[in-house]
Amino acid sequence: MEIPYTIESRPDTGLYNAKLGIWLFLASEVMLFGGLFSAYVLLRVGAEPGMWPHGWLNVTLGTVNTLLLALSAITTLLAWAACKVRDFTKFKIFHACTILLALTFLGIKSYEYHDKLIHYEIKLNNGTFADGHLVEKSKDFDLAKKTGTVTLHGRIVQAEKELMDLRAPAAQTAKLDEVTVAATDIKSMGNYGPRHNTFTAIYFTLTGLHALHILGGTLVIFYLWGPGSRMWKTDPERFTNRIEVSGLFWHFVDLVWIFLFPVLYLT
Amino acid sequence: MSESEKPVSLQSYIRLCGVVFVVVLCTTTGMIATSFAHIGEGWTLKVALILAIAVVNAFLVAGYLMHLLSEKKLIYTVLVFTVFFFIGLMGLTLWAMNDFPTGTAVH
Repeated sequence: MEIPYTIESRPDTGLYNAKLGIWLFLASEVMLFGGLFSAYVLLRVGAEPGMWPHGWLNVTLGTVNTLLLALSAITTLLAWAACKVRDFTKFKIFHACTILLALTFLGIKSYEYHDKLIHYEIKLNNGTFADGHLVEKSKDFDLAKKTGTVTLHGRIVQAEKELMDLRAPAAQTAKLDEVTVAATDIKSMGNYGPRHNTFTAIYFTLTGLHALHILGGTLVIFYLWGPGSRMWKTDPERFTNRIEVSGLFWHFVDLVWIFLFPVLYLT
Repeated sequence: MSESEKPVSLQSYIRLCGVVFVVVLCTTTGMIATSFAHIGEGWTLKVALILAIAVVNAFLVAGYLMHLLSEKKLIYTVLVFTVFFFIGLMGLTLWAMNDFPTGTAVH
């Protein structure tokens, strides 16, 4: 059975079916991310004064990722335009660029996640906090048995509140050094993973879901660039519509990042 | 006729994309500069300004790259419903901000 309206527009909607389908899907995606953004708003306004983190994320890496996604949105549009003018070679080049830009975005995001997962906050028995990136754990380190030592590249602060605003002058001028802590002095210890506080929880949830969308979009674009591009020889109009639909999804993913970047990195 | 049904010139799209990228570059720089600038006390004004710039950025992507400036009526209808429910979602969130049971709020 032939699928209707893959190329020509339906008389009642004025659109081919896939295009209406992707817009309805994107509308549902707006509500999915909207729910998480509203959770972010609730968590942020519900935080105790001075306890919502500022400056915890690397603005340089966030900016690079913003520009990478903007560039990939452009190459996606140009790939579709190349299909429209029947230039298959240029389509291949533009979409190869999109895939490379998307993979670079994911690589940078993975680096950022890794940076958070090796960043530890240790509450000491004397009430102070050791905070920094893990350098090494001694071979006999066991928090439960209270044996061994852990070394961080960071600093010791008197109160957890001092760790919240890394843009504050005191945090900017703080000297970072290697800090070695004995397990016997540790009250509790945890990395900056999703369990650390509500900020890291919503940060990993929002960016993780977004990264999954990037990954899914990349797989689709890769399919259309590789094995799926065989359709170009048999049905170029339908193939061009597929590129348009996947491009609309990709632009939506870029739109989400346009709000994620300022909300998480800049405010 | 929507943008995707019109005859396409690759050169004109390359020019359009160049302009869009330069504007995205400028708006991103503007957001970062606003974030690090000393504007009043607290974060409220900064957040409002940064989000306003982000909206301009989003308009560019949606309007020009997604061709929303010249789409079919049905897509606008779908988006009007989406915007209505999104505003409702955010409105309910803001409405519920101070809706703590008596004696449970910490601030």
